[in-house]
Amino acid sequence: MKPARFVRLPAVSRLGIRPGRVPRPSSWTSLVLWGLAALVAAALLLPLAYLVMRAAGAGEAAWQSLFRPRTLDIVGRTLGLALAVTGLSALIAVPLAWLTVRTDLPLRRVWAVLTPLPLVIPSYVGAYLMASALGPRGLVQQLLEAPFGVTRLPEIYGFPGALITLTLLSYPYMLLSVRAALLKIDPALEEASRSLGHDAWTTFRRVVLPLLRPAIGSGGLLVALYALRDFGAVALMRYDTFTRVIYVQYRSFDRSQAALLALVLVALTVIFLALEAREHGRARYHQSGAGAARPPTLARLGIWRWPAFAFCAGVVFFSLGLPAGVLAYWLIRGLQAGEAVPGLGPAAWNSVLASGLAAAATVGAALPVAILAVRRPGPLTRRLERLTYSAFALPGIVIALALVFFGVNHARWLYQTLPMLVLAYGILFIPQAVGALRAALLQIHPNLEEAARTLGRRPVEVFLKVTLPLLRPGLVAGASLVFLTAMKELPATLILAPIGFKSLATEVWSAVSEAFFARAAAPALLIVLMSSLPMTFFILREQRADDRVDA
Amino acid sequence: MTETIVRCENLTKTFRDAPAVYDLSLSVSRGEILALLGPSGCGKTTTLRLIAGLERPDAGQIFIGERPVAGPATWVPPERRGIGMVFQDHALFPHLTARQNVAFGLQKLKPARVQETVEHLLQLVGLGGLAERYPHELSGGERQRVALARALAPEPVLLLLDEPFSSLDADRRAVTREQVRAILRSLGATAIFVTHDQEEALFLGDRLAILHQGRLEQIDAPEVIFHAPATRFAAEFLGHTDFLPGEVTADGILTEIGLIPQRVALPVGAQVELAVRADDVTLEPSRNGARAILLARHFKGAVNVYRVRLPSGRLLHSLQPHTLNLRPGTPVRVWSAPGHPLACYHEGKRVPLLEA
Repeated sequence: MKPARFVRLPAVSRLGIRPGRVPRPSSWTSLVLWGLAALVAAALLLPLAYLVMRAAGAGEAAWQSLFRPRTLDIVGRTLGLALAVTGLSALIAVPLAWLTVRTDLPLRRVWAVLTPLPLVIPSYVGAYLMASALGPRGLVQQLLEAPFGVTRLPEIYGFPGALITLTLLSYPYMLLSVRAALLKIDPALEEASRSLGHDAWTTFRRVVLPLLRPAIGSGGLLVALYALRDFGAVALMRYDTFTRVIYVQYRSFDRSQAALLALVLVALTVIFLALEAREHGRARYHQSGAGAARPPTLARLGIWRWPAFAFCAGVVFFSLGLPAGVLAYWLIRGLQAGEAVPGLGPAAWNSVLASGLAAAATVGAALPVAILAVRRPGPLTRRLERLTYSAFALPGIVIALALVFFGVNHARWLYQTLPMLVLAYGILFIPQAVGALRAALLQIHPNLEEAARTLGRRPVEVFLKVTLPLLRPGLVAGASLVFLTAMKELPATLILAPIGFKSLATEVWSAVSEAFFARAAAPALLIVLMSSLPMTFFILREQRADDRVDA
Repeated sequence: MTETIVRCENLTKTFRDAPAVYDLSLSVSRGEILALLGPSGCGKTTTLRLIAGLERPDAGQIFIGERPVAGPATWVPPERRGIGMVFQDHALFPHLTARQNVAFGLQKLKPARVQETVEHLLQLVGLGGLAERYPHELSGGERQRVALARALAPEPVLLLLDEPFSSLDADRRAVTREQVRAILRSLGATAIFVTHDQEEALFLGDRLAILHQGRLEQIDAPEVIFHAPATRFAAEFLGHTDFLPGEVTADGILTEIGLIPQRVALPVGAQVELAVRADDVTLEPSRNGARAILLARHFKGAVNVYRVRLPSGRLLHSLQPHTLNLRPGTPVRVWSAPGHPLACYHEGKRVPLLEA
């Protein structure tokens, strides 16, 4: 008999009451976990640290040029664009959310599925389709020329093009956030307002809208962040916000200047992120306790059904129908001219290769972070987890730029190699991997690991035989998310790819930059199809939540 | 003749082909508190929501006073019915303070009047000091009372309460219940409230309406329902009733515990069920001829309640003085001599008595 084993049992079960605590691991496991985590942390810190060093070492001339009115101009343009996109998105998203969740709008379910879909179009693809449709001598002008003699459309390049493109692509962020909040509002609140003598409109204004305010705020900040960090749309629409200026600056080899501008952009992003975090916290605070007890009754729109229908149809037409039509047009044109398909093979292979490597590496790096965050919660792990989210503050172009500096000056052997590109993808997309793994780990009750330990398994065996198999759905989810996002990434790929490396994204970019619209169609279509996959899963899940409403 | 505040006639409401309320008629007079009582899913909340205007009836009519508010050709939306409602989870607006919640329905009053009314109501429900708190800063009982004050503020002709105490803990529930009753009585309010708790219904209701599967089983004063439940369900739901099958004979009803000399308007040989409460059943320990077994004793101070298993396996309860102290396992002889007619049911419906 071995009494020692039995003595340990009560301690184990007592710890099991607090999920997130496992029996004291062997120091060896800890060492490995923390060692890996430290490596990940170092990689994550690299871009920002290097950028700061570089900016600190910038000459006086660079600093002086930073304080020229031109910089202020860029700040103004960037913020102006972000605010305009946010405002316009709110005007589209809030009515859309209400109509598709709470009314007897004709084809309500169809609109509910279609309206978030523009999310799957990367901004440079959206800009390409807008520019080729609405630009000078674009499709729309050609359509209008014969019957109406229209030879010029209002200028699309610059602010209007950037505004329209970014709004039509990013309003779904606000739509989804507001819709989720609407689904969560207890219908009894509206009923209470009605029973206290307020009509439907006053109820919306005095009860629903105030309750949606946090969701509108945090959704709006997501939209603003999207506009702030976007490179593809502003670059193709030739509107000089930070990302485009940084890119131009980098191409002209004025790299210290680019580093300074990048830091200003990071500062702006951090401000918006802080605002978002605050709004998010408030949203939780505002939530009423019990949640929706009974499904809401749908508001009757009466004669307003048809204007509402036209509104939804219009939004879907401009954000989805028009881009799809234009893409189809260019695809057919390209196929007829025989320039769509050739050359696609290597680019597609490169995309799959780079994204696949990125998916594997990122999930591998995220695993120790997620395990530490979930199983050893503490101040240090919390900081580590937060660090993985730094990519939200660092736009892709900023990370790419920092890695270029680092490669050129300190790691020539890494510069313009595939591993460097994979590293950039990893830094950019590790938040998604950590998120997926974290969620999956939280599903695995520590009791299971404890049970394995009490059955005599060593920590490594427990990890390999219990944790890892149970974690597989999370690993697959995280890896596919990273794979699909890396597939459509543009600025980091442009800047860091090895010479001669062509991916689907860079193919679209170079074709559109030179106005070979037909050549861009096939790779653009592939990218859109790829990024539709996770969206489809998301919509299916939301639909299930919505099923209750029609009960 | 008292004034009728609300009248429902033949209301039917169907959800997905399953009738939630079927052919329901009831009315409530001024100053009366009616309890809608029944198990969950019996249609009591739907009835309340139909009266409030939160659901449209498929058939039937509703009148508030003499004004039709719902019917084949009429529909008055909830905001124009002048009915106050206290929701199950209170439904306090989380973005407004207690004061703002109470003032929410007073949009037609002048600001000074609003202020005055809100103060008055918050005092009335004993929350004068908590006016500036947000709902999440209030306890369950306090939230309950804010919800009540909010519903009362516009001086509704009728107050509806949907399981008003179900979200409170057991000990808070008793206190809050008493406060609410005192407030409603002091205002002479007319109210309908929904509950599945018969103790609550007896405590608050002037009359009870028993609902079962969307149908009204009985509506009457609590005492009447208790003494003469109209249906087997009503008898069963009001609790502490055992059912004893029997057969109608020329001399009375023959049951397992002997003949109950009671004449009913049914042919000889008809199968019936008798509702027997513990005070209707007598027992004594018996060595010979005893076929029932004493299972358990509940000592309730002044009395003992015994649970007895009859030879058929059926359980009965018997109320005995505390002086009769028997051990579980004792064989007993059981009979019934209630001294009053027992409620008798044939196919679930009460059988009228024949005057002897």
